[in-house]
Amino acid sequence: MQFVQLLISGVSQGCIYGLIALGFVLIYKATETVSFAQGELMMLGAFCGLGLMTVLGFPFWLAVPATLVAMGLFGIVLERAVVRPILGQPAFSVVMLTIGIGYVLRGLVTMIPNIGTDTHTLPVPYKDLSLSLGGLVLNAEQAVVIAATAVLCGGLFAMFRYSKLGIAMQAASQNQLAAYYMGIPVKRLNGLVWGLAAAVASVAGLLLAPITFVHANMGFIGLKAFPAAVVGGFGSLPGAIVGGLVIGIVESLSGFYLPEGFKDIAAYIVVLLMLMVKPNGLFGDKLRKKV
Amino acid sequence: MRFLFKTDYDQDIRLAKHGGQRFWYGLLLLALLAAPWLVPEYWLAQLTFVLIYGIVGLGLMLLAGFTGLFSMGHAAFLGVGAYTQAALCGLGWPFPLALACAAALSAAAGLLVGLPALRVKGIYLGMATLSFGFIVEEVFARWESVTGGNAGKHVQAPDFFGWKADSAESFYFVCLVIAVASTLGILNLLRSPTGRAFVAIRDSEISAQSMGIHLARYKSLSFALSAALAGMGGALYAHKLQFISPDQFDILQSIDLLLMIVIGGLGSVHGAFLGALFLISMPQVIALSKDSLPDAIAQAPGLQGLVYGVVLIAFVLFEPLGLYGRWLKVRTWLQMFPFYRKGMFKRQKSFQKSDRLK
Repeated sequence: MQFVQLLISGVSQGCIYGLIALGFVLIYKATETVSFAQGELMMLGAFCGLGLMTVLGFPFWLAVPATLVAMGLFGIVLERAVVRPILGQPAFSVVMLTIGIGYVLRGLVTMIPNIGTDTHTLPVPYKDLSLSLGGLVLNAEQAVVIAATAVLCGGLFAMFRYSKLGIAMQAASQNQLAAYYMGIPVKRLNGLVWGLAAAVASVAGLLLAPITFVHANMGFIGLKAFPAAVVGGFGSLPGAIVGGLVIGIVESLSGFYLPEGFKDIAAYIVVLLMLMVKPNGLFGDKLRKKV
Repeated sequence: MRFLFKTDYDQDIRLAKHGGQRFWYGLLLLALLAAPWLVPEYWLAQLTFVLIYGIVGLGLMLLAGFTGLFSMGHAAFLGVGAYTQAALCGLGWPFPLALACAAALSAAAGLLVGLPALRVKGIYLGMATLSFGFIVEEVFARWESVTGGNAGKHVQAPDFFGWKADSAESFYFVCLVIAVASTLGILNLLRSPTGRAFVAIRDSEISAQSMGIHLARYKSLSFALSAALAGMGGALYAHKLQFISPDQFDILQSIDLLLMIVIGGLGSVHGAFLGALFLISMPQVIALSKDSLPDAIAQAPGLQGLVYGVVLIAFVLFEPLGLYGRWLKVRTWLQMFPFYRKGMFKRQKSFQKSDRLK
């Protein structure tokens, strides 16, 4: 019974990692770059929701879509302002750029007087509810996380698989020049992807807020989501969720069965093993260049 | 303008290309030698830190700037060196022997991390080194019998077979000697076949391989050398601070190191030291400007991060070659005055291609 309970808490934690990893994978799949600012976008999304609900007094069901729209627009503006000028440059430039964006966002949030440096709780309507089934307990917060993750993942997967837009995004990431030749508006697509990724990040932030707290350093959880994305295979959306679940479950089990200290690094040990055994991840596509 | 007439093939690999360089670098060396008598003690300490970070930066520059392998966990090597030095000096080992051991142990760790690097590239390599950094940090915190855990560990002054470098000036000279030696070492390495192989791997792995360069061997070598330099820097860092704890070697330190070489200028030896100068002087500049800023901004804990972020973004966007690239432009402008044209350093338009298909 205890084992099952550990599994459940691992799954719900894993879903959060998976949700953040979705943002990484989204940007990677569509632009073949890695955004290190994803955790900070998530933090900003949580703060945005908090501001809407506490300062402006929005109800929860209005605050969530408003946050998503605001963060989506922010993502598009961000792409237009700083990411687009280095479009086509080596991926490492984008990595450094997003590290810089992360620093700036974190620094800016701490500068909001009285709000930025404190920890807050997000007032959600489903707080303190829990489902219990034969001795197993599942908090409503965790249930919402799991459900939202499944829906988002399914929707994004379908978009990349079946819609013209998604296929165009994949084309733009595989060969930018050829995508231009095929008449794909690569720049506009990239803007859209960043907006989408920012919206996904703010969903993660809003879902995470009731479980942890809202504070300026909550973005560091993004560093745990990287292993999730790698384990799942960086270019695969379902892989991100599965990777997140693997990391979450390993973490929760090692926290219970292994000596103290292993919980924090379990994710990284898993990812190192994964990189040695199967560098493309569980769901990574094996592509070979034919000469 | 200066025209170099090439009459000899050796001229191409000479360290100092012309008399001007010999003069200016000689002057720089003289200034550094005279520094303990010229600058107050506080600034001498900062200069020592610049030298230490410069040594670490050289290592990372060799790996990232010249071999094209990006490590996001370089603070771990710094930590391995620092703790080895602390432990061995605690046992009463002489400084040079302990330093050699610190470098060797770091190099061994670098080889270990280099193993996955042989199979993965790009972001996966970053991920592998990042994971390694987290694991090593946790080991530092948990292995209390050697590292003292989170409580930290004191480090004794360097001991050269009886002579102790316990004053600020003597330790400065120790750092200066090591920094100059490693700079010359790196410069020499880069003009040797090994260094050329590194650069070839950076520019194109496939072409390097077809020219007969053994990728696995040279990548491992690059990792080991880079880690050894970081370990030496870490050992000096431990002596300078006299107290080390695991949180000095965390992910933020690793990112600071990356930031240092990107701002200094990737792919140039000068860049390592220019970046170190930036990294050390920036907190001072921020502290000085705090008085003239409004309270809400000046007292915010994230001010330093914000400034670093803005500077980093600005460099990536406008000056991808870093501080050294800016200096190159200024120098060219001066040399060619008044014939400098705007487009001379223009970035070529490029289109990204998938790494997955390589």
